[in-house]
Amino acid sequence: MALRFEVLGRFNRARAAQLTLPHFACQTPLFMPVGTQGTIKGLTTDQLEEIGCQIILGNTYHLALRPTSELIDELGGLHKFMNWPRALLTDSGGFQMVSCITNLYVAGIFYTQWHFAYIFQVSLLHLADITEKGVTFQSPVDGKPMLLTPEESIQIQNRIGADIIMALDDVVRTTITGPRIEEAMYRTLRWVDRCIAAHKRPHEQNLFGIVQGGLDPVLRDICVRGLVDRNLPGYAIGGLAGGEDKDSFWRVVAQCTAALPEDKPRYVMGVGYPLDIVVCSALGADMYDCVYPTRTARFGTALVPEGVLKLKHNAMVNDTRPIDPTCACMVCKNYTRAYIHCLVTKDAMGSQLLSYHNLYYMLQFPKGDVPEWVCNAMDVAGIDISSCCSS
Amino acid sequence: MKFAVKALSSGKARAGVVHLGSCPSSIETPCLLLSTRKGLPIFISPDLLSSLPSPDSNLLQFSPLHLEGASSTLVSSGREVSKRCVNIGQEARWGDTTPNFDSSEGPSPKTISSIGGLHQMVGLHEYGFAAVARDSIQCLPECGSTNKTGASFETPCGRRLIKPVEYMEMITSMKPNLWATLADEVPAWANNKRNKTSVDRTVKWLDECIARSPAGGAVFGSIVGGSNIEERKRCAQEVAVRNVSGYWIGGFGLGESMEERPSLLNAVTDNLPKDWPRMICGLGLPEEVLQGVAAGVDLFDSAYIYHLTIGGFALTFPLDRTEKIDYNYQLSDQGSDRTKINLRATVYRKDATPIVEDCCCYTCQNHTKAYINHLLNVHEMLAQILLEIHNTHHYLGFFRSIREAIKEGCFEQFQKKFVQSRREHLAADVVSV
Repeated sequence: MALRFEVLGRFNRARAAQLTLPHFACQTPLFMPVGTQGTIKGLTTDQLEEIGCQIILGNTYHLALRPTSELIDELGGLHKFMNWPRALLTDSGGFQMVSCITNLYVAGIFYTQWHFAYIFQVSLLHLADITEKGVTFQSPVDGKPMLLTPEESIQIQNRIGADIIMALDDVVRTTITGPRIEEAMYRTLRWVDRCIAAHKRPHEQNLFGIVQGGLDPVLRDICVRGLVDRNLPGYAIGGLAGGEDKDSFWRVVAQCTAALPEDKPRYVMGVGYPLDIVVCSALGADMYDCVYPTRTARFGTALVPEGVLKLKHNAMVNDTRPIDPTCACMVCKNYTRAYIHCLVTKDAMGSQLLSYHNLYYMLQFPKGDVPEWVCNAMDVAGIDISSCCSS
Repeated sequence: MKFAVKALSSGKARAGVVHLGSCPSSIETPCLLLSTRKGLPIFISPDLLSSLPSPDSNLLQFSPLHLEGASSTLVSSGREVSKRCVNIGQEARWGDTTPNFDSSEGPSPKTISSIGGLHQMVGLHEYGFAAVARDSIQCLPECGSTNKTGASFETPCGRRLIKPVEYMEMITSMKPNLWATLADEVPAWANNKRNKTSVDRTVKWLDECIARSPAGGAVFGSIVGGSNIEERKRCAQEVAVRNVSGYWIGGFGLGESMEERPSLLNAVTDNLPKDWPRMICGLGLPEEVLQGVAAGVDLFDSAYIYHLTIGGFALTFPLDRTEKIDYNYQLSDQGSDRTKINLRATVYRKDATPIVEDCCCYTCQNHTKAYINHLLNVHEMLAQILLEIHNTHHYLGFFRSIREAIKEGCFEQFQKKFVQSRREHLAADVVSV
C-alpha cells in the first residue's frame, strides 16, 4: 500500500476525500485526463498543472510499444521522462488490445504543412485471443504474435513507475451475454492473484483490482467480494462505458460502490460524460478517466454546462460570444466562438485551445458547484444530492 | 509608431528602437517578427508565448489573408464567387444555388471590427502586429494570376485574388500596428516587361491603399523590382516620396541568388530615407538575415523557424560570439551539422539532456531530447510546440547577437565570422565523409 485515503466530507453516499499518492496529494472526486503516449495531446505539463490536473493516465500498451517500458525505466520512470511532478496512473494494457471498433485512432497526414499524424488502427479484436495464460494478439508493428500475461503487464507497469497500476483483467463488453461473462469474471480474480505475486514495487505503486461481471448483479457481487478479500489499495469498476444503456450502467455502479470498502478509493473506468460523473459521484465513486474531452476537442466540440457546442458549425462564424461565459479558463476569457471556429480542425492551435477549455471544464467541474439543472435532474431520477447543490 | 536609429556599424547596418502603441516596451532592431497563423503562433499557445524573451518576442507577423471570411457583400451576390475561396463539397444551404463558402476561413471584417480588431480577437493586447499580405509559409505570391485588379496568392484555401479595396477593408477592421501596402511581387526570373509592370502596379496600389488608410496604424510602402537593379532603384525612389511611415521590401526570397542579393538590397536601401524603418519578407536563413542587416533592413519575418520545427529540427548553433571555432570537429552520425540537430535521429532516444545545455527556454528547462524524440516518433503535437518554443528562443538570441555586434561597431566582422564558421564546418564534413 502506497496511498492514504481519507474521507473529509460526505453528502449521503457521495464523498469528498484526500487521496495521498507518492507523487501528489489529490482531492477526490477527480477526473483523470488520458495522456495516451506520455502527453496530453497539445498541452504542456505546466498548462495541465495550471488547470488543476492531479493525475494523468498513461496507456501501457502504447508506451510499451514506443518508447518501450525499458527505456522509460532507464531514464528514471515516466514521471521523469515527461517531467510531470504530480500523479500518474497506468492501465494494464489489456483494454487497447481487445477494444472494439468504437476505439479507432485516426491515421493520416492532416495537412502536409503540419506533419503530424493521428494513427488509425483497426480493431484488433479479431486478432486477439484470450486464454488463461493471457491475451495473445498480433503486434501492430510487425505482425508477430505477442502475449500479454498478468505478470508481463505488471512488469511493464513497474518499469513505467506510475503511482497507481491496474491489474490485468479479462474484460468483456456489457453488450455481450452468456457464459463468457462469468468466465471472464472468475478469470479476472485468478489474474489478480498473479498480478499481486508479480508486483515488485508495492511500497511505491498501488495495484488496483478491477470489478468485472457484466451487468449481472450476482457475478458483480462475487467479483467485489473476491477483490475485497485480496485487500488491495483501491478498486476499479470496469467493463462499463462500452455501450450499455444508462439505466443498467448506474445500477452496476450503485451496487459496486455499496459493496466496496468505504475507506478505499473507487475508480469508474472510462467515465465519461459530465453528467455520468455527477451521477457516479453521487453514488459514491471517486475517480474517473475518459478520452472524451480531449478527443471531442480535436473534432471541434466544446464542453459547456448546457451540453456541447459544435464550433465547426457555420452558425459560429460570426458569433462573438465566448464558448462559455461562465467559464474562467484562458480560452473563454480571451477568445470568441468566431475565432475558435476559424481555427478548429484546420489549425493545431484550435485543437490546443479547445482541449485546454474542455479539460478545464472537466477538472473544475467535480470540484465546483453542481449546476442547478443537474440537481433538478437528479431529483427526477430519484437520486438525492440536495446537499451537493449550493444555495 | 515611433522609430529611431541608435547606432550604425559598417556604414549601413543599424541598430534602432521601434515603439508601438500596444507594446509596453520599445523593441530593439534589427528584430525578428514571429510567424503567426491567423494571429497566433502556429504551435505556441498564447499562455506559453510569455515564456519567450520580452520585449524581443512581442512583434508578430500576420497576413490578413489568413482570416478572410465571407464579406457581407459576397453572401448576397454570386458574381464574385469564382474569385473567392470555395470549398467544393460543402452542402448548399436552404436550397440556394450559390455555393456555400468554407466559412472556417474566418470571421467577417464586420465581426472582427465588432470584436475590436486583431489584438482583441487573439487576446494579445500587449503585442505588436505587422500585417503583410504575403506570408512566406502559406500565402505565396502567384504572379501569373495577378492582374491589374488585384494580387494573387496561393493559400491553403486555394488561389486567392485580393484587390486593394478588399485588402484595405481587412486592414481597417483588423487594426494592426503597422501594415504593408498591397504589392505585385514577381520571382527573380520574371522578364523585364513583367517586372516593370509590377513596379508600376505596386506604386499605383500603394496610392490606393494610402487613400483608404485607416486612422492609427503605420503605413509601410511596398517596394518591389525583382532582380533588376534599375527597377529596384526606381521603385524605391517612387515610394520614398510617398507619405508613409516605413518601407516594406518585397520580392525577395523568390529565386534570387545569395550572390546577387546584396546589390539588389542596396539598390533599394540606398534610395530610402535613413530615418524610417525597413521591413522585409523572405529572408529567413541566418546568412540571409545578415545580408539584410548589412543592407540596412530593420525588421525581418522568417519561415525558417517553422520549417525547422515541422522537420523535427532544433537550432543549436552557438550564440556566444566569443566561442572559438573548433577546426577539429568531426561529423558524427549524430544527425547534426553543428547548426541544428534532428531530434528524430535514433541517437537521441535515450539522451536525457536538454537541446542546448544552458538555454533558458521553456523546452530546455523542462524537457529532454529523449522525450522530444519520443513525441516525434508517436506524432504528438507537443513535439512541435516544444520545438517552436526553443527555435524561436534561439533565433531571437541570434538577433540579439546581431544587435550587440552593431552597437559595438563590429557587425561586418560578425557577419564574416558567422558565415565563415558555417562554411568551414560544411567543408570539414565533406572531407571527413
